[in-house]
Amino acid sequence: MKIAVCIKAVPDTETKIQLAADRQNIDFTGVRFITSPYDEFAIEEALKLKEKHGGETTAFCLGGPEATDVLRDALARGLDSAVHVCDASFVQLDPLSTAKVLAAAIADGGFDIVLCGHQGSGTDNSLVPSMLAELLDWPQANIVVKLEVEGGSFKAEREIEGAHEIVQGSLPAVISAQKGLNEPRYPSIKGVMAARRKEIAQKDAAALGLAGKVGSAQATMKIKEMTMPADRPQGRIIDGDVDTAVKALVQLLRSEAQVV
Amino acid sequence: MSNGILVFVEQRNGQVRKSSLEALSEARRQAPMGKELVIAVIAGENIKSLAARVSKVKPDRILVADNAGFGKYSTEAYAAVLSAAIKKENPRYVFAANTAMGKDLLARTAAKFDAPCASDVLELRPDNGNLLAVRALYSGKCRGVFEFTSPLAFMTLRPNVFALSEAENGQQSPIEDLSVTADKVRAAVAETHAAEGQKVELSEASVIVAGGRGIKGPENWPVLQNLCDVLGAALGASRAVVDSGWIDHGHQVGQTGKTVSPQLYIACGISGAIQHLAGMSSSKVIVAINKDAEAPIFKHATYGIVGDVLEVVPRLTEELRKLNSN
Ligand SMILES: Cc1cc2nc3c(=O)[nH]c(=O)nc-3n(C[C@H](O)[C@H](O)[C@H](O)COP(=O)(O)OP(=O)(O)OC[C@H]3O[C@@H](n4cnc5c(N)ncnc54)[C@H](O)[C@@H]3O)c2cc1C
Ligand SMILES: Nc1ncnc2c1ncn2[C@@H]1O[C@H](COP(=O)(O)O)[C@@H](O)[C@H]1O
Repeated sequence: MKIAVCIKAVPDTETKIQLAADRQNIDFTGVRFITSPYDEFAIEEALKLKEKHGGETTAFCLGGPEATDVLRDALARGLDSAVHVCDASFVQLDPLSTAKVLAAAIADGGFDIVLCGHQGSGTDNSLVPSMLAELLDWPQANIVVKLEVEGGSFKAEREIEGAHEIVQGSLPAVISAQKGLNEPRYPSIKGVMAARRKEIAQKDAAALGLAGKVGSAQATMKIKEMTMPADRPQGRIIDGDVDTAVKALVQLLRSEAQVV
Repeated sequence: MSNGILVFVEQRNGQVRKSSLEALSEARRQAPMGKELVIAVIAGENIKSLAARVSKVKPDRILVADNAGFGKYSTEAYAAVLSAAIKKENPRYVFAANTAMGKDLLARTAAKFDAPCASDVLELRPDNGNLLAVRALYSGKCRGVFEFTSPLAFMTLRPNVFALSEAENGQQSPIEDLSVTADKVRAAVAETHAAEGQKVELSEASVIVAGGRGIKGPENWPVLQNLCDVLGAALGASRAVVDSGWIDHGHQVGQTGKTVSPQLYIACGISGAIQHLAGMSSSKVIVAINKDAEAPIFKHATYGIVGDVLEVVPRLTEELRKLNSN
């Protein structure tokens, strides 16, 4: 089976966020990029599907130069090939534009399944996989914690509020991964060496037939301004022995904060 | 804002989701009665009786797609319903609650209409007849104000952030049948299993008691569960204890878990790592119980007690129980 994995390069979750001078983005100076955490589960699931059913795995990453390292890392983990989707016009894309670009890159590849993370860390949209599914005109299952694929169909267990849903559907499909789907493996030394020699394919707007069609100018959701959340007012440590402190706390929760 | 707001109201097993009614309430505030239309749309099987509850939020009309084909959720079938409603009403905005279903459905439908979607919206700001959407970025470390330049835009609203305003009594909103046949359904829910143990759903809970490595071991969950029971709270957890296998991932709060905004968040034996704070720092009141006075969680807490969770929590439970019985 042919498996595509969409991975996003995102700032390390430890990053102390500061805003750029124009307040349209964060300041990327010195920021270290990592594979978006949920995409690691998508990569692992692709490897497992290949182990079980045979076939071919390809990683797609839309982004700037930061994409190279995460694509190399995906290759080191064992994916067969990698495509870096990059164009000067692909900056500050909204989720729909991102999905359009990924759909254009994936559509003609003859894939049976596209694996994504259920949420890209940082932008925190949780939208791209469903939008991609619609644009490819495939069915979808999101926030998946268990996946079985057999003879042209899939069975996915997805996490919803207070329950799990079993979704059954046909392939090709878009599946987005939630933690719990698997245990991502680390790249082996051999994998890292092999990945170094592999070519990362490049695709730009012209190659995708998207020149002048997708970009920050065409996006219909635009960031006006970024702000830092207001600092929380200085908290209070309640002193005293356990008994005194607990009584004081209950009093404060009741009369000051009015939450109990 | 011409053409008003269409709100997808989510129901499961004949229960309307409270967060959907919050989204509907916000739509009503942004589109005042008599000035702009607010239309609710609801899909399912044998759900006509739910219109009474929905009416309390005073939508101008309720569109009901009641059909055996909608008994269980399917993205494609529900997207057909929402699309039919959009074509009929031609709204300026489409809202839903930011739930698993809300995001799944609105993202898919937005792409169908080549329209933008903003998820997990925390605040709406009127702006020259349009709405700006404020959403958290980098797990709440900063925020973005977004504008939409298309004639139609979709948004999912974070639960527990927008006030629910239900009228005690009032008129039933007019109901219209929405007859839709979903012809291309290639994936659908076959079964639903209720998650074990959780009595109150985390992302919608107004009180959360969360445990971290400081609770020492999974055998001590009952200590926290007792506190949950007195407060009607949901049980949350740090990633450290989820990774240790002490509790299911469904309970994890933080960057790679759930984002929550309860009225009260009680962090028990949680250090307050940046990834944990990311998921809960928008809680109204944060209480931290930790034996280390230097733990970073205290910098973010409204109230803190330096002490052993296993001593403090039972005392707190007892004290609150007394309060309840008075
Ligand atoms: C990519 C990535 C994503 C992550 N996502 C998340 C996430 O979504 N959610 C999350 O929570 N973490 C996340 N983390 C992990 C995070 O960095 C921390 O490791 C984790 O939150 C720590 O959990 P903890 O506070 O329970 O444990 P610890 O950091 O070990 O803290 C335990 C605390 O308990 C206190 N304590 C010990 N004994 C007692 C006692 N008897 N009484 C009172 N207090 C006591 C200690 O003083 C300490 O402060 C993520 C990390 C990475 C790298
Ligand atoms: N720029 C991108 N390149 C590749 N995949 C992406 C990109 N943006 C989003 N995705 C995929 O879509 C998932 C959800 O992202 P989002 O909708 O932005 O939260 C991610 O986990 C990725 O799998």
